[in-house]
Amino acid sequence: MGFEKFLFYCFAAITVVAAGMVVTRRNPVHAVLYLVLAFVSSAVLWLLIEAEFLGIVLVLVYVGAVMVLFLFVVMMLDVDLAALRAGFVRFLPIGGLVAAAMAVQIFLVVGPANFGLEAFPKPPAAPAEYSNTEALGLALYTEHLYPFEIAAVILLVAIVAAIRLTLRRRPDTKYIDPSAQVQVKKGPDRVRLVKMPAEGKVETP
Amino acid sequence: MENLYLTIVLAPLVGSIVAGFFGARIGRAGAHWVCILGVGLSAALSLSVVAGFLWGDLEPFNEAVYTWAVSDGVRFEIGFLVDRLTASMMAVVTFVSLMVHIYTIGYMADDDHNWPHESLAGRHSYQRFFSYISLFTFSMLMLVMSNNFLQLFFGWEAVGLVSYLLIGFWSTRESAIFANMKAFIVNRVGDFGFILGIAAIAAYFGSLDYAEVFAAAPGLADVEVALFGGVSLLTLIGVLLFIGAMGKSAQMPLHVWLPDSMEGPTPISALIHAATMVTAGIFMVARMSPLYELSETALSFILIVGATTAFLMGLIGLVQNDIKRVVAYSTLSQLGYMVAALGASAYAAGIFHLMTHAFFKALLFLAAGSVIIALHHNQDIRTMGGIRRYMPITWLTALIGSLALIGFPGFSGFFSKDAIIEAVGASHVFGATYAWVLLTVGVFVTALYSFRMYFLVFHGQPRMDEHARAHLHESPWVVTVPLILLAIPSIFIGWYAVEPMLFGDWLAGAIHVAHEHDTLAHMAEHYHGQWAFILHGMTMPPFFLAMGGLAVAAWVYWWLQRRNPDIDAELQRRAGPLAAILENKYGFDDFNQRVFAGGSRGIGQVLWQTGDRRLIDDGLVNGSARTVGQLAARVRHIQTGFLYHYAIAMIVGLIVLLTVFVTL
Amino acid sequence: MITLADYLILGGILFAIAVAGIFLNRKNVILLLMCIELMLLAVNMNFVAFSHFLQDMAGQVFVFFILTVAAAEAAIGLAILVVLFRNRRTIDVEDMDLLKG
Repeated sequence: MGFEKFLFYCFAAITVVAAGMVVTRRNPVHAVLYLVLAFVSSAVLWLLIEAEFLGIVLVLVYVGAVMVLFLFVVMMLDVDLAALRAGFVRFLPIGGLVAAAMAVQIFLVVGPANFGLEAFPKPPAAPAEYSNTEALGLALYTEHLYPFEIAAVILLVAIVAAIRLTLRRRPDTKYIDPSAQVQVKKGPDRVRLVKMPAEGKVETP
Repeated sequence: MENLYLTIVLAPLVGSIVAGFFGARIGRAGAHWVCILGVGLSAALSLSVVAGFLWGDLEPFNEAVYTWAVSDGVRFEIGFLVDRLTASMMAVVTFVSLMVHIYTIGYMADDDHNWPHESLAGRHSYQRFFSYISLFTFSMLMLVMSNNFLQLFFGWEAVGLVSYLLIGFWSTRESAIFANMKAFIVNRVGDFGFILGIAAIAAYFGSLDYAEVFAAAPGLADVEVALFGGVSLLTLIGVLLFIGAMGKSAQMPLHVWLPDSMEGPTPISALIHAATMVTAGIFMVARMSPLYELSETALSFILIVGATTAFLMGLIGLVQNDIKRVVAYSTLSQLGYMVAALGASAYAAGIFHLMTHAFFKALLFLAAGSVIIALHHNQDIRTMGGIRRYMPITWLTALIGSLALIGFPGFSGFFSKDAIIEAVGASHVFGATYAWVLLTVGVFVTALYSFRMYFLVFHGQPRMDEHARAHLHESPWVVTVPLILLAIPSIFIGWYAVEPMLFGDWLAGAIHVAHEHDTLAHMAEHYHGQWAFILHGMTMPPFFLAMGGLAVAAWVYWWLQRRNPDIDAELQRRAGPLAAILENKYGFDDFNQRVFAGGSRGIGQVLWQTGDRRLIDDGLVNGSARTVGQLAARVRHIQTGFLYHYAIAMIVGLIVLLTVFVTL
Repeated sequence: MITLADYLILGGILFAIAVAGIFLNRKNVILLLMCIELMLLAVNMNFVAFSHFLQDMAGQVFVFFILTVAAAEAAIGLAILVVLFRNRRTIDVEDMDLLKG
């Protein structure tokens, strides 16, 4: 067992344990943090097989942005955790059974018998000057340019949708309408002369 | 020549289009002038064609003028075959049509009275009528001048259409609508046979051209068709085509529409339902003589149908009281004579009788129409009488027509009818003796009903009311001139045409008669000029029977009626059940009405109630909707709305798929 | 030597854990969303592994797009969650049965 294999088992174990914690933790904040751990160790696993760019992106984008978003929402919402946990124990056996059945079946499909080294030998290591980022960039900006642009539009739509969904105007908030402000003209808009009857004589003590 | 024939055909069409589409703009006078000019041009050119054949050296013309389509080797063409047979028909059609056009000016002059006040359908009815009769002339010319079956069928259907339009011309009358529907449907029955016949020809001959079909016919004489246990192909074709002719020429049992067609205006009764369209069947069979000569069975069938029609329809004429219906039954009877002549292979005699009949029957109808105009559209002969004094021209022409009809020696009908009876007598086809007896006795019946009508209408005491009698006067010249012009050929055409048509070579190229059937050739051996023919005819039974019928009619309806004005009704009362059978027209109408019309309605009712409403509406349409609704009402409970149920369902599905994938 | 099967089995285990998580935390929408993220991670793991062992860059391009879509999904999903909580004061799935048949 080489060093790579050792690293793989270490981080694979971390990933699996972290994933198990994600689905079993009582506190959602803990669950999110375990999810972060699962992602980071997955990123290491990806680095092991020369997917450097994606590994970094996973950490930066997923852990840096999406998971923080999760954390933010989880902390912001005042959720009754006890109610949400109801039925956890009742469904533990069946959940475990389903998961085990699925894992066994997947193992039967993708196990070493079908996808071992004989079928898929380890490719030679990339040379030192090889850049995974450059290769991915070349593929993205040439062959997959259209899907790439569509992905950009999807992100834009997601931004607009998220803002539109959560944006609200409180009736008691005071704000200035800039367009009305700009349209103010000289004269009646700025200065208004009010005619009032004069006060009567004030008694001086 | 092509242009000449095209002009003959298209001139009436132009008149029809102008009068039909621009009738409101050109007015009544414009409409009748354009139509009369079109038909007049056509008539003049047709007569010139006849003259060309008679005295010139005109050769028969047979060419296609336009190829409509070629499909799988079969050519669909418009073409003309103008030989002497066609030329005779063209002359008769256009001449009678011209007379009727002129006559119509007088007959339809006050057509506005025949429509409900301010009726929309009645607007420009005068122009419409002219458009229709010109269109009819065009259609009939297309029919007779055709050189192929397709165009024949076009003309056949087109005249049927115009006939339908004209029978129901007064479309606000219930009876007219019933009559035109009846005519149309009965003709469909015949046309069904006709088109099957044409289809059989197209299938077996691979051509629709007359000349090609006739040339190929002898080669197919022995072909059998596996129908009804095997019949000869030519018998089948002959009978099928003749079924079409039975519809159009009103032979039993498809005759029922013709008497009812008298609901139409009288000019078209004269033109379409007496002189020309109904003779299309006769013409067609004569034209197809090379086919019919090869099938004795078909000839025998034709002979029996014709003779039966001739006799039985004549009998009905005896009890009719409507002046037009008497003439209509007379037409049926005479058509039977023509058909019988065809059955006896005496095609020339049939065509000859067709021609003479066209003139004298048109004359009789127009004379009847003249009487009808004078009596303000009263058609009941029981309320006529003594009209001779008020309408001398109508009386005289009607007398000429009646004498021609009964075959009085020297008149045109004498020659043609005598020839038919002799030909049938000389024929050896199966049923010839039966036919000969019926036709001979039919002569007596013809004379009886013709002169019954003649005496009841024109002689005796006037029986119409005072008001009608005060207004009784001779019709205007547009009515009487056609009567006179038609009376002339009614007298003389037989004398002049008998020799070339029957015994000469006038129709030699157009009609083919097998030697063993050639009854006319047999008669030709004994033919020694018109006088001899007349003298010979006067020694034969038909002559005595005709004179006997005339005498009986005169005795009863002239002599006896002076003392007893109700003699006609009394005779019918005494005849009892016999008269009742005739009154009911042998029950054909009742039978059709009850079995075919009632049966169709019954089937329709069943299909509507159970088939459409219960099965399709309730069962299929509403039923499927109801089933889906009920099913959905149960199934919708599966949709709990809980997110995790859907997720679990997906996962379970995934596991099942995985299991299948792994285990298989 | 690391084999392709190692990565695929790891992906399968992650996926199975995520499925179990959906069963267990069926009432908490946030955790459901996180389970979906885990599933996507499992899928991405497979893509990356195949990309490496087949020496085909398309697999990594795919992962790239999946990350994009997952980010968008998370953003919108959480936004919906926030709105939901704002309106109903709970994120309990059992209370959300408006689409019940």
